[in-house]
Amino acid sequence: MKTKEAHIDRKKNFRIGVRRSMPLYLLMLPSIIIFLLFTYYPMYGVVIAFKDYSPALGIMGSPWVGLKHFKQFFNSYQFWPTIRNTLVISLYTILVTFPLPIVLALLCNQMRAVKFKKFFQVATYLPHFISTVVMCGMIILFLSPSTGIIAKIVGLFGFTLPNLMGEASAFPHIYVWTEAWQHVGWDSILYIATLSAVDPTLYEAAIMDGANKWHRVLHIDVPALLPTATIMFIMRMGSVMSVGFEKVYLLQNTLNSSTSEILSTYVYKMGLISNQYSLSSAIGLFNNAINLILLVTVNQIAKKLSDTSLI
Amino acid sequence: MGKEVSVTSAKKIKKSRDDKIFDFIMYTIAILLIIITLYPMYFIVIASISDPTAVSNGELLFLPTGINLKAYKELLGYAKLWIGYRNTILYAILGTVIVLVVNIPASYALSRKKLYGKKLFTFFYLIPMFFTGGLIPTYLAVKNFNLLDTIWVMVLPFSVVPYYIIVGRTFFNNSIPEELWEAAQLDGCGYIGFFFRVVLPLSKAVLAVIALWAAVGQWNSYFNALIYLRSEELQPLQIVLRNILISNQTISSMTTGAAAVEAKQMADLIKYAVIVVSSAPIMCLYPFVQKYFNQGVMLGSLKG
Repeated sequence: MKTKEAHIDRKKNFRIGVRRSMPLYLLMLPSIIIFLLFTYYPMYGVVIAFKDYSPALGIMGSPWVGLKHFKQFFNSYQFWPTIRNTLVISLYTILVTFPLPIVLALLCNQMRAVKFKKFFQVATYLPHFISTVVMCGMIILFLSPSTGIIAKIVGLFGFTLPNLMGEASAFPHIYVWTEAWQHVGWDSILYIATLSAVDPTLYEAAIMDGANKWHRVLHIDVPALLPTATIMFIMRMGSVMSVGFEKVYLLQNTLNSSTSEILSTYVYKMGLISNQYSLSSAIGLFNNAINLILLVTVNQIAKKLSDTSLI
Repeated sequence: MGKEVSVTSAKKIKKSRDDKIFDFIMYTIAILLIIITLYPMYFIVIASISDPTAVSNGELLFLPTGINLKAYKELLGYAKLWIGYRNTILYAILGTVIVLVVNIPASYALSRKKLYGKKLFTFFYLIPMFFTGGLIPTYLAVKNFNLLDTIWVMVLPFSVVPYYIIVGRTFFNNSIPEELWEAAQLDGCGYIGFFFRVVLPLSKAVLAVIALWAAVGQWNSYFNALIYLRSEELQPLQIVLRNILISNQTISSMTTGAAAVEAKQMADLIKYAVIVVSSAPIMCLYPFVQKYFNQGVMLGSLKG
C-alpha cells in the first residue's frame, strides 16, 4: 500500500517537475537536437568498426565481422610506428610547453617596469593568433635550406643548414619548438593571473627577513603556482594520446613520414583517402578508448588532489 | 648600536646588488624572448615588400631593400583569395551567431536549480568531452543528412561545444544572484522572460568571450573544410592559404615564361605577402579585444 502511494507520488513529482521545467527544455532543445544528430548518432555509427561497411548496405545492413579490423590494425606494420610517433610528439610537447609558461609567468611577475611588462606580454601573446596553416607556411619558408632566413643566419656563422623538413629525425623538434614559440606566452596568462592574486604582505615580510628577489620567486611564487600547475599537468597527461591533426598533417611530407605519421593523420588517410571506412573507424575507436581511459583516470586523480575536475 | 646599523646597511647593499643582478638577467632574457618572438613576424612583413632576389639571397636582415608592392598587386588580382576571405567572414559571423544561440540558452537552463533531470542533461552534454564517434562515423552522419559540401556543414554540426556550455553555466551560477530570480518570479516572470530580459543583459562579458572564441576558431579552422567541402567557391581562407603556402599552388601570372629561379623567388614573395594579408586583420583587432581574451582565460579556468 505504502509503496504504491510512494510510486504515485513519484509519478506526480515527475509530471510536475517536467511541466515546470518545460521552458528550460525548450531553451535546450536546439543544442539537444544538434548533439543527437551530429555527435550521438556518430557514436552509434561507430559500430561499423565491427562490420564490413559498404555504402550500398548502410550502417545497419553491413555484415558483422567482429574484431577483424582491430586485428588488421594491430598486426599492420604501421601499428607501432604510429603509436610511438604519437607518444613521442605528445610527451615531448608536454615536456617543453608545460614548464615554459610557468617560467615566463615568474619572470613577468618580477618586472617592475610597467610599460615594459605590458609590451613583453603583448609581444609574447601575439604568435598565438597566427593560424595553424600560416604557422606551417612560415616554418617551411624559414627552414628552406636554399632561401630560408634561418639558413642565412646560420650561414653567417659559417654553418650550412640541412633540409630539416626532409629529415625524419628533425620532425619532433620542429613540431615542439614551433609550438612553444607560438603558444608559451599565451599559456602563461593563467599563471600570471594566479601570481597577481598572491598576498603582497607576503613579499613585504620576506623583504623584512632579507630575502632577495631570487628567494622570493623560489619561496613565494613557485609554491603559489603549484596547485594550478599540478592540475594543468594532470589534465595535459589526460590528452597524451590525442595529438592534434592539423599541424602534423600540414608539416608532413614523404621524407619525414616515418616520424610524423600519428594516429589522427593515419585515421584520416585510411578513411578519407583510401576509403577504408571500417578500418579507419576501428583505429579511431581504439584511440578514443585509450583517451577515455586516460581522461577518466586523470579526472579521478585531479578530484582527489583538489576537488577540481571536469564534472 | 653603530655596529648594528652598519651590519644592516651592509645587508641592504648586498641585497640590492643581488637584486640588480637578478634584474639584469631577467631583463636580458625578456629582451631576447621579445626578439625571438617578434623578429620572425617582422621579417615576414619586410620580406613581403622587398626585392625577391634580395630575399632569397639572404641580403635582407633588418630593413627592406628594393621596396615594391609586386606581390600585393598579384594577390589583389587573385580572385580565389578574396572568395576565401568572403567565405571565412561569412562562416565566422554565421557560426558565431549559431554558437551563441545554441549554447547560451543551454548553459542558462543547466544553471537553474530546479531544472528537472539536471544530472541527466549535464551528462548528456559532458559525455562527448570524453567520447566521440570519431572521424568516419561523423563524416557518414554529415553525409547522411546531405550536408556535405554546403555552407551549413561549416557552421551547424559542430556548434554545440560542451566547454562553452560549462563556462556559461559557471558564469550564470556565480554572477546572477538567486534573489534576482526570486524577485522576477514575484513579478510574474517565467524562465524564458527572465533569461531574455534579465540574464542576457547582465551577461555581456561571457557572451563576448564565447563569441570571440567561436569567431577565432572559425577564422583559423581548416580541418572541417578539408573534410567536408569540395567546391572551390565554398573554400574558406585557410584552405586557400594552404594551397599557396604548403601545396605550392602557383598563382602568379608572371611566372609563366619566366626563368625557373625567378618564378620560385616570386612564389616565395607571394607567400610572404599572403601571410601578411591573411594575418594582419586578426593581429590588428587583437589589442582591442585583448581584455575579453584575458577574461576568457579566467572564466575557462573556473571550476564548473
